Amino acid sequence: MTSVDRSPRPGVVAPARGSAPRAAAGGATPRGSRRGYDGWWPVLFVLPTMFGVVLFYLWPIVQTGWFSLTEWGAFGGQTWVGLENYQRLARDPDLGTAVVNTLVYTAIVLLGIPIAMFVASLLHRPGMRFTAFYRVLYFMPYVAMPTAVAMVWRLIFNGDFGILNQALAVVGIDGPSWTSTPGFALVAVSVVGLWTSLGFAIIILSAGLRTIPPELYEAASLDGASAWRQFRSVTVPLLTPSVFFVTVITVINGFQLFDLLYALMGQANPAMQKTQSLVYLFYNEAFLRNDKGFAAAIAMVILLIVGAVTLLQFRMQRRWVTYA
Amino acid sequence: MKHLLRSASLAGVAAVALTLSACGGGSDAAEDGAEVAPTDAQAEITYAIWDENQKPAIDQNIKDFNETYPNIKVTVDLTPFQQYFTKLQTQGESRTLPDVFWMNGPNVQLYAANDLLQPITGLVDAGEIDPSKYPDALNQLYSFEDTQYGVPKDFDTVALWYNKALFEKAGVDLPTDDWTWDEFQDAAGAISDELSDQGVYGVVSEINGIGQSSYYNTILQAGGQIISDDGTTSGYDSPEAAEGLQLWADLIADGAAPTLQQMSDTKPNVWFGSGKAAMFWSGNWSVAEMKDSPNKDDFGIVRLPAGPEQRATVIHGVGNVVAADSENKAAANAFLAYLGSEEAQRTQAEMGVANPAYSGTQQAFVDSVPSFGIDVFIDSAEDMAFPYPISQNTAAWNALETELLPQALSGERPVEEVAQELADAMNEELAKE
Repeated sequence: MTSVDRSPRPGVVAPARGSAPRAAAGGATPRGSRRGYDGWWPVLFVLPTMFGVVLFYLWPIVQTGWFSLTEWGAFGGQTWVGLENYQRLARDPDLGTAVVNTLVYTAIVLLGIPIAMFVASLLHRPGMRFTAFYRVLYFMPYVAMPTAVAMVWRLIFNGDFGILNQALAVVGIDGPSWTSTPGFALVAVSVVGLWTSLGFAIIILSAGLRTIPPELYEAASLDGASAWRQFRSVTVPLLTPSVFFVTVITVINGFQLFDLLYALMGQANPAMQKTQSLVYLFYNEAFLRNDKGFAAAIAMVILLIVGAVTLLQFRMQRRWVTYA
Repeated sequence: MKHLLRSASLAGVAAVALTLSACGGGSDAAEDGAEVAPTDAQAEITYAIWDENQKPAIDQNIKDFNETYPNIKVTVDLTPFQQYFTKLQTQGESRTLPDVFWMNGPNVQLYAANDLLQPITGLVDAGEIDPSKYPDALNQLYSFEDTQYGVPKDFDTVALWYNKALFEKAGVDLPTDDWTWDEFQDAAGAISDELSDQGVYGVVSEINGIGQSSYYNTILQAGGQIISDDGTTSGYDSPEAAEGLQLWADLIADGAAPTLQQMSDTKPNVWFGSGKAAMFWSGNWSVAEMKDSPNKDDFGIVRLPAGPEQRATVIHGVGNVVAADSENKAAANAFLAYLGSEEAQRTQAEMGVANPAYSGTQQAFVDSVPSFGIDVFIDSAEDMAFPYPISQNTAAWNALETELLPQALSGERPVEEVAQELADAMNEELAKE
């Protein structure tokens, strides 16, 4: 990569020589010109997708940005208020709570990645039987409706009649009302979030494991590397691109926590105010309190945070991600 | 505010039934919006509702309506309550509201103030609708700045449900219609003391998020208000309001009622329905559920106990409204008038879906489960009902109640302190209206 570029300078060498393939070893010219030959076709092919992205993602972001600078009447009619919504938001104590809750939730759910890595490696062991069955088993919570999942966990977490507290009672522990006590509620929601996201991480990491050439393990074992050493020096580094992808997706999903929280705790929950996430705060302002301009400001803050965190992750990736 | 009673007697009104056929032949459009379609009118209108349980009765209403108006096609648009008002607000914003739709108290002023609803004044003047046939509190609920916008469809009040078997097991005398707060509190405490080893509590009520069943009533009974009569200031900062809230905080602190967490994990209707609570403050909407409970034979209903100041229950009900922008207003008016008629409301009662608003039609609902004594709800509406507290943007301060009141009811902070904070925040919201 850093070697001196010995190929002729682009402007000097005419493609007429017909030696482009040979020169391609180091020069950018032939690749560049080949791209030029494609003309507008590629653009045409991505147009339908671009149309959707612009219409349903980018344009709404622009609109939300504008709405966040307005006060929204009950039935439309925006009045320009400048940065007032943002000033109000900065003073709102709920914002800090929501940011902290969202970060805690995301951190707990991220703990699922090492667990998923462990499970994926187990599933990848040579001679392992019923792997397809196990994969389905682990993936099922991910494809199940969050509401349905939440309904079942609500019964498990029920303070008076839930199976969790019944089990704890056997060993003499008087368990709390998990989903309606501040503190416990966030942990309960996070545990369920971790459990549901596990399947997705396992599938991605399993696919990542399959791309590691078996010769590497063969060579490592010939060199006398133990199973643990192989895992550390071959599996982990070569899996980092998959881990990176899963981390980015998990963090973005973590910041969008809403449906699980809403379904597991319910709107009228005494612990909700202390457990609410950023998106719940948005929902509360937009749809329960009818303050859509203010809610748009919250949405913009969420966008900025997610954007910044994702950018940071991409910046950091060259420190730990190995692309073979 | 004095009791908002319906002055008209419940008896002997059958004769005054709204005779649609008689006036359907094209009444004069005396005022804007008062025009009612002739019986041979041809039109298609939409009717938006949120309760699936009521769909069969609504379908029957439409069928009967089509006897008189064979060429007006009514399509029912059913949206679950959770999304109903979110959707309606979007429709209101794009001026594409359904022609006729259900409205509730907390939202009516918002729509009326934004000129999205058609006043029923014209129809009343034309004799199509007679407001005196409905409880006054409901007429007032659907009025904004002295103009009525909705026709009451049904109503609900709150009463004291009790479980006879649990009272007997605990050796406590059964509740009566003449109970006071003291007797109620003593009984709740005695039962939970006696039966706590079986996990049974003295009383439960929906207290998380909404006070309609619980503290709205006790605040009124203590002589306080949730919101001032003119809907401009909060009533939470009065000593009476604090007293009404304190009753529930005390019941929870004494263990006579489950904690807020327990009533959030397991809903009050489940505690009572499954025989784990001896008393239940709830409205007539619970009838449909409780009549299917395995303990239904033990259930009885008396009116709410008298507070330090007076007897009281909030009254609320669904109303039918016509959109101001409806393109088929004449047909919509005809349907609105029919829905408010004695015939239509009696059908709803007979099919057991709602406690109808039209005076004299409630008996069918009372008869649906004779052992409960459902007439308590209707008597309460007559004798002790106060309108459900609302303002132009009710949702804004309802969210504040949900946020702040748990801190007071759970004993986490003193009741007066939280009530004062709520009043201040609520006044701030009200000032924006």
